[in-house]
Amino acid sequence: MQSYRIKKINFTDVFMWVVGAALLLLIVVGSFLTLQEEKYTAVQWFDLAVFGLAQGSVYALIALGYTLVYGILRMINFAHSEIFMSGAFIGYFAASSMQKSGFMQENPLLGILITFFVAMTTSTVLAVLLERIAYRPLRGAPRLVPLITAIGASFFLQYVFRGLFGTHNRAYPEIEIIKGTVPISGDFQIQKIQIVVILAAALMMALLVLFVQYTKTGKAMRAVSEDKAVAALMGIDVDKIIVNTFALGAALAGAAGVLYCFMFRIVTFYMGFIPGIKAFTAAVLGGIGNPAGAMLGGLFLGIFESLGPTLFLDGLGIPAPYQLKDVIAFTMLVMVLIFRPTGILGERLSKTKA
Amino acid sequence: MNKRLLALLSLLAIASMALAACGGGGAATEAATEAATEAATEAATEAPAAGFECTDAIGCVDIAPGDPIHIAYALTVSGATASLGEDSKGAIEIAIADRGGELVGHPIELTGEDTLCNAEGGQAAGTKISADATIIGVIGTNCSSEARAAMPLISQAGMVMISPSNTNPDLTDPTHSDHHPGYFRTAHNDLFQGRIAAEFAYNELGLKKVATIHDGSPYAESLQRVFAEVFAELGGEVTAQEAVNVGDTDMKPVLTSIAAGAPELIYFPIFEPEGNLIAAQSKEVAGLENVLLMGADGLFADTFPEATGSAASGMYLSGPYVDVNNEAYKAFLQKWADQIGGVPPSGFHAHAYDATNILLNAIEEVAVVDADGTVHIGRQALRDAIYAVKGFAGLTGTLSCDENGDCATGEALGVFQLSDAEVNGAWPPPVLWQP
Amino acid sequence: MSSIQQQNTFDWKKTLQIGLIGGAVGVLIAMVGMVEEFNKRDIIAGTLTMGWTILSLTMLVTGLFAARAAASNASSVVGSIVAGTIFGAVMSILVWIVDKYNIRDILVNASPTLVKHLTFEKGIPNGLFMLIGLGAAVGGLGGVIQILPENIRRAISLGLGIAALLGLLQEIIQVSLANFEGASKAVEWMFGKGTEKGLSLAGAILVFVVVAAGNYLWTGNASKISAGFEKLPQSSRKSFRWLGYGLLFLALIYLPVVLGLYLTEVVNVTGLFILMGLGLNIVVGFAGLLDLGYVAFYAVGAYTVGVLTNLSGELTLNLGWNFWLALPIGVALAVLAGVALGVPVLNMRGDYLAIVTLGFGEIIRILALSDFLKPHIGGSQGIVNIPPPGFLDVIIKTPQTLYYLIVAGCLLALFISSRLRDSRLGRSWKALREDEDVAQAMGINLVATKLLAFATGAAFSGLSGSILAIKLGTIYPHSFALLISINVLALIIVGGMGSIPGVFVGALLLAGMPELLREFAEYRLLIYGALLVVMMQVRPEGFWPEATHKRELHAENAEPQAEGGAA
Repeated sequence: MQSYRIKKINFTDVFMWVVGAALLLLIVVGSFLTLQEEKYTAVQWFDLAVFGLAQGSVYALIALGYTLVYGILRMINFAHSEIFMSGAFIGYFAASSMQKSGFMQENPLLGILITFFVAMTTSTVLAVLLERIAYRPLRGAPRLVPLITAIGASFFLQYVFRGLFGTHNRAYPEIEIIKGTVPISGDFQIQKIQIVVILAAALMMALLVLFVQYTKTGKAMRAVSEDKAVAALMGIDVDKIIVNTFALGAALAGAAGVLYCFMFRIVTFYMGFIPGIKAFTAAVLGGIGNPAGAMLGGLFLGIFESLGPTLFLDGLGIPAPYQLKDVIAFTMLVMVLIFRPTGILGERLSKTKA
Repeated sequence: MNKRLLALLSLLAIASMALAACGGGGAATEAATEAATEAATEAATEAPAAGFECTDAIGCVDIAPGDPIHIAYALTVSGATASLGEDSKGAIEIAIADRGGELVGHPIELTGEDTLCNAEGGQAAGTKISADATIIGVIGTNCSSEARAAMPLISQAGMVMISPSNTNPDLTDPTHSDHHPGYFRTAHNDLFQGRIAAEFAYNELGLKKVATIHDGSPYAESLQRVFAEVFAELGGEVTAQEAVNVGDTDMKPVLTSIAAGAPELIYFPIFEPEGNLIAAQSKEVAGLENVLLMGADGLFADTFPEATGSAASGMYLSGPYVDVNNEAYKAFLQKWADQIGGVPPSGFHAHAYDATNILLNAIEEVAVVDADGTVHIGRQALRDAIYAVKGFAGLTGTLSCDENGDCATGEALGVFQLSDAEVNGAWPPPVLWQP
Repeated sequence: MSSIQQQNTFDWKKTLQIGLIGGAVGVLIAMVGMVEEFNKRDIIAGTLTMGWTILSLTMLVTGLFAARAAASNASSVVGSIVAGTIFGAVMSILVWIVDKYNIRDILVNASPTLVKHLTFEKGIPNGLFMLIGLGAAVGGLGGVIQILPENIRRAISLGLGIAALLGLLQEIIQVSLANFEGASKAVEWMFGKGTEKGLSLAGAILVFVVVAAGNYLWTGNASKISAGFEKLPQSSRKSFRWLGYGLLFLALIYLPVVLGLYLTEVVNVTGLFILMGLGLNIVVGFAGLLDLGYVAFYAVGAYTVGVLTNLSGELTLNLGWNFWLALPIGVALAVLAGVALGVPVLNMRGDYLAIVTLGFGEIIRILALSDFLKPHIGGSQGIVNIPPPGFLDVIIKTPQTLYYLIVAGCLLALFISSRLRDSRLGRSWKALREDEDVAQAMGINLVATKLLAFATGAAFSGLSGSILAIKLGTIYPHSFALLISINVLALIIVGGMGSIPGVFVGALLLAGMPELLREFAEYRLLIYGALLVVMMQVRPEGFWPEATHKRELHAENAEPQAEGGAA
């Protein structure tokens, strides 16, 4: 028994542990030095954390789309980032025309809801079309085939939007009721828009959980993700469930698009790419195929990106630490996956993984 | 790891050494180079038409009756920087349309290459353009990295290239390996613009502490470096030189870190949309509520204040000085709306328009027209004509080309201040200060 | 075949559906600006513009599909005419709307110019009737083509395709042929004159007839010829093969002389992608390890050479080494990076691997870009002034000289990867690809096998990057974007996963063609995306699939494919 154990500890494991420990040490030392410098006040740390939370909520909403589709089809829907972009884009036309006509100023709440509705509808329609045209004929094909299709679809959609709507930056209107800040205590305050984003995202995620847990469609989705063949034998229309899954993920992405644009305002045809990659990272971080993991992963990534560069690198005297934000995020991902190869919460369906 | 693995790894290393040693077939290589040079000289000294003797040092282009005057563009019309290329391309088309698409009795033909804002794209476009001996001049490139790779080829082929938006100092630095004859630009060398911005901040605004942000693009990095150097030289303090990534949206962390140094002004010579986000979010960061903001011509577009909102009000922009009452510029915008639609998507359209006009004027100037309508253009003569441009009244001010290819001398630069009027759609802003 | 039966099988609903879908595609083509932009170029000088070629092609395909949906020959032609008419009608509605309302604030390409183009400059009612008529005619033509026998249909479509391609590339062909005195007469006759681009009408007809007839005759006799070859004795077959290799070798040597400056440059770019493709083919195609960060090794190779050889005087290291010394170090460091990436991902599978490798690629790019490492590797200003190396007396700088270096690299990589494919290691990789657990159970050392795959793949990529450094003379971090990784992955899949000739086909299609069509840059990625999607539907195994892989795909997918075919 003893000798067996020794044999199992091989070179690569040792190597990884050493690298992991070194990185951890670097993080601890960096954070310690940064905090010791006392360059930043508590208020600033708090602001960064809240901001990270808001950003993370958006990531989480997008990540849910990746994870839901992955859970059912075992495919990375690379075009999901474009679904997100399309919602934000068409939502912009709704919002700006309401702004121009004065409707948004008179009924801001209704205006915002209409923007959400338009964006979510656009995203959903596009995702359903995409599933029908590009993905459905590929059921049962080897794994890389749908992946390449998704990459192709992503380029196609991005450049169709570019062709249709042009290359210039467009900005969402500033909506008065979500501008400004809410004081908490002392110097601590939160921006209204961040509260809106965090609450809206939380609400939608809660609705999703309820939907998946308690509705008939939700149960069917879970059944299909466990085993398509058996689910079909139980009388579940697998194709319909897959379409529903795509629609659900897309609606969340559309909503995320609007929230994202309420925060950052700018709409461009390539805006989906980076949040898409981040959300995908978040989904994997949490354990792809697992909705709770996607939410956790998104929040984790958002906060990490916001606090990480300043906290870890500033104290080490690295110039322009913020540039290395993504290095931290991806290194984190690798570290998590080395020690938990199926993400923080694990794949819910790890038994049947491909 | 076992032994075999190590052995194979070392084998790979050896294989690569072996490759290093053998290279390629020597004789064939020579043959090919010879053929290439032959072809090049042949193209350059094409048989001149009767009655005209080409005495130009680097050859002539002969345009038979009915054949077009061929100019090319090398712009970044796809990818994330597509708006930059679209912006220049539209202006070139307008400049050509202004002349009814004709020059010295020949139609103007515009062909173009996408340069993708990277060196590979620049090199491929440069090769393609230089292989076509009918091309007289090139408008491009947008990014300085493209020019570095494209210009050796284009210069070698005897053509001229006028860039609407390269600002890297190396390109017109006669001591630098990236400087090539036949290269011009109507964009402002970073050395001018960075200096003017720094002088404005130090002398005019009386500031002592500034911070800078760049976005990892060679343009912004170089501009902020010049700014910081000049500002420090003048006696000011640069509290931080930070960077963001293209595609970032959350600028709070970087701004928070800048706030720790308590600067009075942040200089961020970057592009939309990152510039918009920095401007908008700076007001929300504790310690930066009253900080002054300053950008450069990358943000000098009417979409910037509109898309940034109230945070843009009060912000300074360094950029080419365009007279508010400049009828020509207004007319240009009108033509854009009619011919292309909407508004120019970025800030270098006026430079591109001027560049095209300088090129077309120079062609007109040096063209020798035969009785039958054949036109001859001496390539060196064309270069000389552009080097000799003085006092050209363009949309970007009065341009005079120096012997290194800088046509924008920095005199026509200005610092502008945005106000609520610009946020509400007025454009362009009034000039605040000129050196 | 009674008339009653015909009426029963004529499916109006389906025809209407196909017509509407076709029309929607046409509208999309117009609204993204392709019609307007492409109409600036002629395929046949003065007769047919590229924009109309694409629209007509869409109409033709609509007709084809409509005809396919019908059961009998007569009804298929009627169906295709109806579908084509619907296509024209949908387009007309678009034109009418664009003309009547100004929607350019939203849809930037809904311009008066577009209306002018689509109405043949004949004004609203007349032009629209012409548009509908054209739809009916071209759609009907599609129907007629559909009912022709298979071999004639193939000959016609190939002829049309080649003619269109020649028209599209005429500029490049003309510039290249300009070097040859004798060719000028033929060129003058074949192509348009002056500002007119594209083939001349006579040239187009000639190309079409020659290609179509050639294809028809070839498909008729190909089996006989190959049978005749099979009948030859072993020894002469062998000598034929060697003759073939000899000719290929000669062609390789003389290629740059024939191609001229620009086309050689295109071949060089393709060559760099072939090198990377061969490497990634080992990682993904042989060993089944999905790597989305392959560009990292390309960057390592390029930066190593850049740092060691540059003379810019702006970096901490100013060694000014010889390229031939730096090259092996570049490759070795790339191998090291490959192993460094390989170790942490040893236990990860499938999609986890994909995102981690993607992250690795991004990490390398961001580090190259960062101010943190700027003093050493140049940051956003990159490394400039990388001197071109010499070989004997030749300075390797022009596309033609670089060509030989790249070809040598490709041949080496080709040799290594084809030897590896059939080796014990190659079979271990394939076992790994099929089932990791079973492979381990069979006694394959997973760690060594995986790491060797990463290391070999990285070596090729590093070599490619090293050559890139001297090819460009400058390196910028922006050259190492995720898009490169994706493009390399796409090219090996389009070529056929695990197939070595497939890499060449894929690189020509996804690296060479986009380079040639550079001037249509705005729509390049749009078409690229659409092609990937279509390709995966109709030919998921790639253009030149590996034999075993193809077999598997078709055995496994017999059912889903039948289902997909109906869709």
